[in-house]
Amino acid sequence: MILAGVLFLATIFGVVVLVTLLVDVIFSARPWLDGQFIQSFPSRFPEEAGIKSALFGSLWLMGLTALISVPLGVASAVYLEEYAQDGWFLRLIQINIANLAGVPSVVYGILGLALFVRFAALGQSLLAGALTLSLLILPIIIISTQEALRSIPTGIRESAYALGGTRWQVIYSHVLPMAAPGIFTGVILALSRAIGETAPLILIGALTFVPFLPQGALDQFTALPIQIFNWTARPQSEFEGLAAAAIVILMILLFTMNLSAILLRNYFEERRAGT
Amino acid sequence: MPTDESTDDAPPSQASQASPDAPSANGRLDDSDGAEGDVDASDPTAPTVQPKLHIEDLHFWYDDTHALQGISMDIQPNQVTALIGPSGCGKSTLLRCLNRMNELIQGTTLEGTIHVDGQDIYAADTDPVMVRRRVGMVFQKPNPFPKSIYKNVAWGAEINGYTGDLDDLVEHALRQAALWDEVKDQLHSSALELSGGQQQRLCIARTLAVQPDVVLMDEPASALDPIATSKIEETITELKKDYTIVIVTHNMQQASRISDETAFLYMGRLIEMNPTDQLFTRPEKDRTEAYVTGRFG
Repeated sequence: MILAGVLFLATIFGVVVLVTLLVDVIFSARPWLDGQFIQSFPSRFPEEAGIKSALFGSLWLMGLTALISVPLGVASAVYLEEYAQDGWFLRLIQINIANLAGVPSVVYGILGLALFVRFAALGQSLLAGALTLSLLILPIIIISTQEALRSIPTGIRESAYALGGTRWQVIYSHVLPMAAPGIFTGVILALSRAIGETAPLILIGALTFVPFLPQGALDQFTALPIQIFNWTARPQSEFEGLAAAAIVILMILLFTMNLSAILLRNYFEERRAGT
Repeated sequence: MPTDESTDDAPPSQASQASPDAPSANGRLDDSDGAEGDVDASDPTAPTVQPKLHIEDLHFWYDDTHALQGISMDIQPNQVTALIGPSGCGKSTLLRCLNRMNELIQGTTLEGTIHVDGQDIYAADTDPVMVRRRVGMVFQKPNPFPKSIYKNVAWGAEINGYTGDLDDLVEHALRQAALWDEVKDQLHSSALELSGGQQQRLCIARTLAVQPDVVLMDEPASALDPIATSKIEETITELKKDYTIVIVTHNMQQASRISDETAFLYMGRLIEMNPTDQLFTRPEKDRTEAYVTGRFG
């Protein structure tokens, strides 16, 4: 009984903190949240400031990051799980990937600055940002995809091989479709991590004042977390409200992504059971 | 002169086909002709049918575990051959060697040879995928793909580049597995909605749709109730006409009901292989008798 009570308190603690935070943010954001806020570029006048460029920057960043990291991550996981021979080399790679998943994001920012911004001369562009975020979430995608592949019953693989399937036919026709729900969940959770990252983007030099929309992958950009960071750093109290409003938008974006992860997973699980 | 004799023995068509730069091929043909002639002369009742599967001195290791220790046996075409023995005796391992399933497990080693219709399936230039298309397999647990009944049966044929009418093939395979009448109106619903026994017959149909010569079955009825089991057994007896069947079973009654020949394995060795009637009523080896009469195992 006592243990159950302690465990319940432990559970409730997190929920209470989260709800307090949410209520506080929404309360501060309330006066600033309107159509104008979403449709305006940033401004030094709080009444005219908006997050149009930051929102578009974040969406661009997500799209590019997904385009880069999903094929790379899923392909790596399929190789590691289905093709690579067990041995010291495979174990070395596995340990490395697990460690990379735990590296602080700021370190990826430094790497991105050196590799993409300077060495590859991409400048402070969306592409450099997306590549950096891709590096950051690749380990997460690889690990969750590997988990999903590992969860496919041996019987399914064996019977597909026994019918004369080649390795790729077995993977393509049975393993990947059955692993799809797990892969999608992992990918979307990884992308939701990327969308909230601030440190690497600051390091690679995402701008804080962008009064235009990016037209291509090589344009300069800003993103929601950067805009929030910028506004909270200002002395005027109105900008605190603006930051709160931007946080609410970011949370809605995150919530939508997680929801679509769940819906996609359910959809694929239904398809998996049916035709 | 022996060379002249053998050249005379060779059928004229082969002699004329043999090019001067292939004397060895010609020689091999003559040898086999000669050998068959010898057997016919000494024992006219000896079967002249070539064994479907010829296993010779087969050894198999899982890492350091010596699971099969020198197994040699012949499996006759269009017969049901049962592999029996206590748990861990190597009967499933042996079965899985026959279609190269074991090499999907890392850390395994195989020595010895297995011929299917005279072809060495472990030869360096033999593609394991091609072996599995000729030697199909049904597993212990029914494991249909999470797709429609139709797609379950059609997949194997599709990846094999089957060019005929897929609908006909699916129907034929389902009829052979005695499942057609039960599922013909729901071909496009999920295979997972079928009962366990139906799922296992679907797995048999799926294997038959690849049109193999040999069907391996690893305790196909052990997860099923008695009624489903008897249906599977009926199906197996029917299939014998068109296929060579090797079945691993724990159930000695089942082995005696459905098999023509039975092999008893113990501790990775073949103890005895004989016609089923004989093995169960007049076993040659004491250990076989002890096992089939239930004194151990």
